Amino acid sequence: MQLIFEQSVPGRKGVMLPASDVPRAAALPEGLRRAEPAALPELSELDLVRHFTNLSRRNFSVDTHFYPLGSCTMKYNAKVLENAANLFAPLHPLTALLPGGSDLCQGALGMLYDLAQMLADITGMDEVTAQPLAGAHGEMTGMLLIAAYHKAKGNQKKYVVVPDSSHGTNPASAAMVGYEIITIPTAPYGDMDMELFKQAMNSEVAAVMMTCPNTLGLFNPHIKEIADIAHSHDALMYYDGANLNAIMGKVRPGDVGFDVIHVNLHKTFGTPHGGGGPGSGPVGVKKALVPFLPMPCIVHDDDSGQLRVQTDSPQSIGRTANFFGNFGVMVKAYAYMIMLGREGLIQVSEQAVLNANYIKEKLKGYFELPYDQTCMHEAVFSASRQLEHGVHAIDIAKFLIDKGYHPPTVYFPLIVKEAIMIEPTETESKQTLDAFIEIMIEAAQLAESDPAAFAAMPVSMPVTRLDETKAAREQNVCCVG
Amino acid sequence: MSIYFTKEHEWAKVNGNLAQVGISEHAAHELGDVTFVELPAIGKQVKQGEVLAAIESVKAASDIYAPLSGKVVKVNSTLDATPEQVNESPEQAAWMLELELSDPAEVGSLMNKEQYDAYLKSL
Repeated sequence: MQLIFEQSVPGRKGVMLPASDVPRAAALPEGLRRAEPAALPELSELDLVRHFTNLSRRNFSVDTHFYPLGSCTMKYNAKVLENAANLFAPLHPLTALLPGGSDLCQGALGMLYDLAQMLADITGMDEVTAQPLAGAHGEMTGMLLIAAYHKAKGNQKKYVVVPDSSHGTNPASAAMVGYEIITIPTAPYGDMDMELFKQAMNSEVAAVMMTCPNTLGLFNPHIKEIADIAHSHDALMYYDGANLNAIMGKVRPGDVGFDVIHVNLHKTFGTPHGGGGPGSGPVGVKKALVPFLPMPCIVHDDDSGQLRVQTDSPQSIGRTANFFGNFGVMVKAYAYMIMLGREGLIQVSEQAVLNANYIKEKLKGYFELPYDQTCMHEAVFSASRQLEHGVHAIDIAKFLIDKGYHPPTVYFPLIVKEAIMIEPTETESKQTLDAFIEIMIEAAQLAESDPAAFAAMPVSMPVTRLDETKAAREQNVCCVG
Repeated sequence: MSIYFTKEHEWAKVNGNLAQVGISEHAAHELGDVTFVELPAIGKQVKQGEVLAAIESVKAASDIYAPLSGKVVKVNSTLDATPEQVNESPEQAAWMLELELSDPAEVGSLMNKEQYDAYLKSL
């Protein structure tokens, strides 16, 4: 397939504009003018449509393939949600901030307000800001809120505690806010080692960041005790909501001692991600942190019965995103929640957990399962048995590409050697799961019978096995043209 | 000069109050192809167990912890252009930095080669 620049033919145009009959305005000053024409590809509209349509056909997406990418919750994104977002497309994002403007967009403000209320209800928090633009942005916003809380109380805090199974963004977000990281190893049963946790806790710990269920797909049964210990040092509990798809309607993080949470609308609430669209990482907090929430926020004016935009608050950490965040994503998540309702969301989690356990049980005879327990929404295997024949997790991933599956997450969590992390989500049928299980078993059998066959895979794709080491070591990125 | 190891798989070659630091053969093998080594600034002060440097491979990014307390006095900047040395010669050519030790007695808390080999077998 040619690059779009290689398809360019001098003089070819997509649109033929008529000659302008508007008098030419004063030319741009010489110094601001381009010396040479921009090196843009010259194509017809049809060339362009075919190029991008053909590119899209080579893509792996939830719309084309099963996509069991652990920790990413790649569920089907219902198309009706796009329609819902389009309803708001004509609305200017600054309308609500104009004088009198909030009267003109009560519907949009109502959506934002209700979305925050629903998320607060699901997570057990007192208030939610929907400003953060993605999960890690939510983490950073959450950590800034925690820092503001401690500063306001005059607490001298230095450390943030994270388990070694955490998403890498957890320690990174805490470090960005200026904290030093204390990492707690995982005990043999798959949860954070409680003894080492207790030893690490002291009055200088600002927060404990947990993902629950954790990245092994296991729910920590000591979560309440961990929260109690943290609170006894006036450390706050941070909940990484990346795995919220496992527990909706079953456990509310706010009820088991968490003070701050971010949720990923693009994971749990059915909006596209992974190149398919921007994310959204709303942050929920308990009462003690409400004064520090970002501005602007939406408030209910009891006198007029209208919703208004509050732009300032004395202790707010300030604005964390333009406008009100990724509004279109919020509309889709809102529509998703309305569409499914309370019972539907509970069923989402039940089905997601059931699907993961089904795969776990069917595959554990073929792949090593380092933490063999009932899992939540994802199951973490190791390719250690295949490694005895020289076949790595990455080879199995490439095998799956040839078979028409997006590979699961590999080499994460870091604490599992040759990790293969499978998250089927609730939107897949038993037939899809069975077909995938069969292919995984085929991979395990091939690893024993013909391990050398993996070296060249994938063989059916436009590009075959890439030299990942060379790509990372000899970075040579440039702009074409 | 003697070589000592940590449970996090760093090594320290101690010579008086100076120690060269790198990662063990085992660590290099586990990481896979190393693509980048982030070295600290000369003059950086670290306590034993604190993050000293970072290393990236095709599989993961990992921290390298200070095996001993001290001040960074030298770094092996050849690793910038040729991080593959970490896979080829982790315990010789791919030394990462040299520390001027603030407490040479800490060496007592590290493992010698025999103890480290036994530790690896126990993993």
